[in-house]
Amino acid sequence: MGHGNQFVDQPNMDPKLVSKGFKFGVALAVIGLGAAFAGLATESKEQFFYSWLVAGMTFTTISLGCLFIVLIHHITGAMWSTAVRRLAENIAAALPYMALLMLPVLFIGMHDLYHWTHGDAVAKDAILQSKSGYLNTVFFSVRTVLYFALWIVIARFYRKYSVKQDATGDVAYTFKMRWWAPLSILAYALSVSYAGFDWIMSLDPHWFSTMFGVIIFAGGMVSGFATLGLYGLWLTKNGTLKNTINEWHFHDCAKLMWGFVIFWTYTSFSQYFLIWYGNIAEETAWYYVRMHHGWERIGILVILGHFALPFWVLLSRHMKRSRYAFALVAAWMIFMHYVDLYYMAMPNLHHGFHPSWMDLACFVGIGGVFLAAVMRVSGKDAIVAHRDPQLHASLNYDNF
Amino acid sequence: MAKSKIWGAVAQFENPAELVHGVEAIRGAGYTNIEAYSPFPIHGMEKVLGLSGSKVPWITLFGGLCGFSLGTWLQWWTGAVDYPVVIGGKPLFAIESSVPIMFELTVLLSAFGTLAGMMILNGLPRPHHPLDGYAPFRRVTDDKFFISIESDDPKFDALAAQAALEQAGGTNVALVEA
Repeated sequence: MGHGNQFVDQPNMDPKLVSKGFKFGVALAVIGLGAAFAGLATESKEQFFYSWLVAGMTFTTISLGCLFIVLIHHITGAMWSTAVRRLAENIAAALPYMALLMLPVLFIGMHDLYHWTHGDAVAKDAILQSKSGYLNTVFFSVRTVLYFALWIVIARFYRKYSVKQDATGDVAYTFKMRWWAPLSILAYALSVSYAGFDWIMSLDPHWFSTMFGVIIFAGGMVSGFATLGLYGLWLTKNGTLKNTINEWHFHDCAKLMWGFVIFWTYTSFSQYFLIWYGNIAEETAWYYVRMHHGWERIGILVILGHFALPFWVLLSRHMKRSRYAFALVAAWMIFMHYVDLYYMAMPNLHHGFHPSWMDLACFVGIGGVFLAAVMRVSGKDAIVAHRDPQLHASLNYDNF
Repeated sequence: MAKSKIWGAVAQFENPAELVHGVEAIRGAGYTNIEAYSPFPIHGMEKVLGLSGSKVPWITLFGGLCGFSLGTWLQWWTGAVDYPVVIGGKPLFAIESSVPIMFELTVLLSAFGTLAGMMILNGLPRPHHPLDGYAPFRRVTDDKFFISIESDDPKFDALAAQAALEQAGGTNVALVEA
C-alpha cells in the first residue's frame, strides 16, 4: 500500500557525516597520490602514466555512468529514480576533479603513452601516416579538452537546475532539463565513445574496433549503478534518507546494474566474436597479445568476474533485494571495471602480465580524490531533490 | 440430475479500499482460500491476500537452461557430427561461433517457459469460470470489486462464509455453483 508516504527525512546530509567521508577521501588521496609520486623514484615514467590513466579512466567513467543515469531519468520522465537522482548528480559532479587529474597526465604523458606521437615512428609507418589526420597531438589535445568541457557543462547544467528546483519547486525546471536531455545524450554518446578511442584504444594505434567506445560506456554504466547503490546504502545506513530511498530503489539499482553487466558482456563478446571470425592478422593481434604471457589469466578473470559471477549471484530476485549481496557485488564490479580497463591498456606497456604497486597507489589516490569530490558536493546542497514534483511518486514506489 | 456442487461464496464491494478491508476482515476470520477481483491492479493487494512469491522465475530458469543446452547440443551435433563441413578454416565446433545460438535459444526458451509457466499456474486459458453465472460479476471489468471464498477452504461452511462476507461489508452476497 502506501499511497500516503510523505517526505519526512532531513533534505541535507549531516555535516559530520560529510566531513567524515570527505576526510576519508582526502586521506586516501594523500596516501595514494603521495605513493604514486614518490614511486617515480623507482618505477618508470611510463608505468606511472599507464597506472594513472587506467585508474583515472575508471573513476571518470563512473562519473560518466552516473551522468547518463541523470540524462536517462530526464529523457524518459522517470519517476522512480527521483529519490536517488541527486546522488547521481553528485557523482557526476566529480568530473571537474577527474579532468584536473587526467588532463595534465594526458598532455605531459602523451609522448610516453601514445606511440603515434613519435614522429620518427610515424615516418616509417604507412598506417600511422594515413591516420595522422586524426591521431596527431594538436587534434588529440583539442578533443581531450572538448570531451571534458562538454561533460562538465552537461553535469553542471543538470545539477544546477535540479538544485534551483529545491528552492522553488517550479516544474518549469523539470521541463527545461527534459528538453535538453535528447541533445545532451547525443553529445554524450559521441564524446564518450571517441574518448574511449582516443585515450585507451589509440594506445595501440594500429588496432581499431568500432565497438570499443561502447564497451567503455557499458563498463561505466555497471560501475555507475554500483557506485550509486553503494552511496545510497551508505547514506541510509547512517540514517540519511532512510525513509526516502526504499528497498525498491535499491532493487532497481541492482536490476539495472545486472542488466548492464549483460550489456557489457554482449558488447565485449561481439567485439571478440567478429575478430575471431574474421581472423585477420591486423585485428587479431590485439587479442593475441592479451591471450599470452600471463594476460590470458586476466582475460579469464574478466570473463568470470565481470560476467559469470555477478550474473549468477544477482540472478535471483532475493539476492538483488539483499543489501549485503548487492553491496558486495557492487564493490566487486567497481574493481572488475578497473581490471577490464587494465586489461585493455596495460598489455601495451608490458609484454607479459606485470603488476606494479604503482597501479594500487594510483587507484587508491584517484579513488580518494573522487570520494572527496563527491563528499564535498554532497555537503553543499540538499542530498535529495526534495521539491521535485515527482518525488512523491518516487517515495511511494512499489513494484511487485 | 444430481444436485450441483457449491463452488464458493461471493460478495460485491464498491471501491478498492472496501475491497482491501474486506479481504483483511475475511482473512482475519480464518479463511485462506480466498480471491479478490478488481477492474485494475491494486498496489499492495498481494500482501493483503498473503500471496507467496511467484514460482514463474524457476520455470524461466529451467527454460533458459534447456535452451542453453539445446543450443550447445544443436551447434555441436549439426556442425561436428551429423554434417561436418570445414568452413573458413574454423573448427567444426567452437564455443565462439556457437555463443549466438546458445544465447538466442536461452532467451527463446526462457520466454516460452515464462509464458507457459504463467498460463499453467494461472489455469489459463479458461473459457468458463463459475463466477460467470453470478450476474453482478459482469461489472468486475468496469467499476465493481468482488471477494470469493472457495468451498475447498478447510473452514468453508455455506452459511458461515456468506455471513463473513456480509460482515466484511459485502453486498449481493451469494453462493455460486461449480
